[in-house]
Amino acid sequence: MARVMRNFVERHTFWAIVLLLVVALFLLMIFAVWPDWLVEAMGRKKTFVNTLLNGITLGGLYFLVASGFTLIFGLMRNVNLAHGSMYLLGAYIGYEVADRTGNWFLGLAVAFVAVALSGILLQVLIFRRMADDDLRQTLVTIGISIIAADAMLAIWTGTTYQFSPPDWLFGATTLPVVSVVKSSGAAVYIKYPVFRLVVLAIAVAVGIGLWVFLNRTRIGMMIRAGVNDREMLSASGVNVQLVFVLVFAIGAGLAGFAGVIGGTALSVAPGEDIRYLLASLVVVIVGGLGSISGAAIGALIIGLAEQFGLAYFPTYGVVLTFLIMVVVLAVRPQGLMGGR
Amino acid sequence: MGKLKHLLAATVALSLAGPAVAAAEDIKMGALATLEGAFTALGEDGLRGVKLALEEFDYMAGGKKIELITGSSDASPDSAIRAVRKLVEQDKVQLVIGPLSGSEGLAVKDYAKTQPNVTFLNGSSAAQDTTLRSPAENFFRFNTEGAQWMAGLGEYAYNEKGYRNVAVLAEDYSFPYTQVFGFLEPFCRLGGKSAIDARFWVPIGNKDYSSVIAALPDDVDAIFVALGGADAVNFLTQYEQSGGDLPLIGGSITVDQSVLGSKGKARSFVVGTPSAGPVSDTWDDPRWKEFVGAYQKAFPDGFPSPSLFAHAYYVNTKAALLALNEVNGDLSDGEKKFREALSKLSFETPTGMVSVDERRNAIADIFLTEVSEGPDGNLLNKTIKVIPQVNQTLGVSYDKFLEYGQVGRENPTCG
Repeated sequence: MARVMRNFVERHTFWAIVLLLVVALFLLMIFAVWPDWLVEAMGRKKTFVNTLLNGITLGGLYFLVASGFTLIFGLMRNVNLAHGSMYLLGAYIGYEVADRTGNWFLGLAVAFVAVALSGILLQVLIFRRMADDDLRQTLVTIGISIIAADAMLAIWTGTTYQFSPPDWLFGATTLPVVSVVKSSGAAVYIKYPVFRLVVLAIAVAVGIGLWVFLNRTRIGMMIRAGVNDREMLSASGVNVQLVFVLVFAIGAGLAGFAGVIGGTALSVAPGEDIRYLLASLVVVIVGGLGSISGAAIGALIIGLAEQFGLAYFPTYGVVLTFLIMVVVLAVRPQGLMGGR
Repeated sequence: MGKLKHLLAATVALSLAGPAVAAAEDIKMGALATLEGAFTALGEDGLRGVKLALEEFDYMAGGKKIELITGSSDASPDSAIRAVRKLVEQDKVQLVIGPLSGSEGLAVKDYAKTQPNVTFLNGSSAAQDTTLRSPAENFFRFNTEGAQWMAGLGEYAYNEKGYRNVAVLAEDYSFPYTQVFGFLEPFCRLGGKSAIDARFWVPIGNKDYSSVIAALPDDVDAIFVALGGADAVNFLTQYEQSGGDLPLIGGSITVDQSVLGSKGKARSFVVGTPSAGPVSDTWDDPRWKEFVGAYQKAFPDGFPSPSLFAHAYYVNTKAALLALNEVNGDLSDGEKKFREALSKLSFETPTGMVSVDERRNAIADIFLTEVSEGPDGNLLNKTIKVIPQVNQTLGVSYDKFLEYGQVGRENPTCG
């Protein structure tokens, strides 16, 4: 990691300085009390800090969904358009378990395992039969997502579901960030929902976990080798099919896991599958298909764009996301972190 | 052998022709509702209303059997047009019940003008201009619309609650425009304020409201919220999560059963939120109680109490069936007699008498309500007041009402 950073600084000194300045500016804007002229120009500080945090935490949620998506694509060159359905399936299964046992964490675990199993079934029963036929795989996954959406609508109806996380995860906490100083001299601190911070922590943990898994373990090494050259890997005696199944299970399981997290932070309803599939697609297009770090950067950018759009120009906020996608496609078609 | 073959052929031909002949005598009714997207739960309840009315008539009207064909949209105008075209042009329905959402209604009204031989009855869509400006001859709306639904709420917020300055949070399309207009028009005329930059318009299906919540101003007395379905559930949860403490004023579908009856964490902090609309869960009237009883019996997995969508679809379907009975199922001559009967129709609904004006929009009673906790922990809308027979121009003349201008993000300005 440190070496990568040093390389970057040496190769792009100018951009490294710009990046540092931007980060410093953001930190200053978060912790300093805003003078009147800034409030005049940008609105209240509370809005800005909250929006920034919302963008980062939403980015965390997008990363959880998109990391599985990009992992599967990276290894198998297979755009799994049923990824959104796995998100929704995980959310519903998690809800059923959490509702019946009263244990939210159990719901989270079961959602991961159950959706990972469904991913294994999908890989063994369907994708293995049509390896190396991208168009067929794409069409089949679209078909599966449509059938799954209708089946889930039949079972869970169109009602909106909401998880009940443990009480210590619900509610707001006070951040050590001053919003305004009242005329009496008392400082008003910013409040923020606890669960969203938890989402961010989980996303960071999953990100680090995936990085360690891919870069520091034997299986991770096989996966990376498979990404670079599948034929070579199987020629050197590795059971590639088994690696595929494992990756598919992890990718699908992460989607199901994200379903419970996202369903708790926001809510579960029909149509979520398409929404998160679209979000994942935009995230990996911006970040670069097949790259975990690309998914993290893409998710962060899209999450921030969505939230700042919503807070500062709500009517046209949606455009911002796609504007970013268009710019990235025009300037760097392989995505920010994508290889050639 | 040859004879037997002919006999067989004839039998087969007859058995095939049999139902086809009978089908020609049936009346085909199309029902269009949002069975996809953020408003799915609402659309499902709308169809419950259609079925309730049909079952009441045993699927018979004017001596003919009614065949129901459903179509699905996702609350966007183009999906509604796709679905209604399929119903009219492929399934050859003779009348359509629907759509559900405001902008869908505007689109279907324009489509109705191109299909003069089919009669359209609204589902629950409640944008003002569906019937107010350039209405279609063959589009009837037996439910009241968004501005009518707000009758009495602006006055109540100003006089009884004492609010003087409100922020607005609503979805960005024709129905919430209509609701905001209906609420603000009397509120601002009394002297209330709602600055243009304190009005937040979000797209339908938006999930994450935390940034909008952070941007809400502190110096207002209350927030008028006009969101529906999953959008409203998301907002209410996130508002509670972020420790929001401003009182809310609810749009008609923001605190109705499709939101209060959703699964999961109880939203008890909305208790006391005033709202207004075409139904009230606890209205102490035998007609309403009978309707609620029939709904609960027919749909044990429905909401605890029928939502305004079930009610609106029920009323429109029932109007169609009553008019069909009146003309003995005569839909000849471009359904002329049927439409005349509809125009003159005045009938008892679960919420009182309903009739239509000269632009075929309903005149009906409106309920001023407040969210309260029911006996078994359900949240219900308690009746505070019934405002009798509200018409679309809210009591003033048609020409004067047009001067208020088209509903939109900045109408009324109310600075």
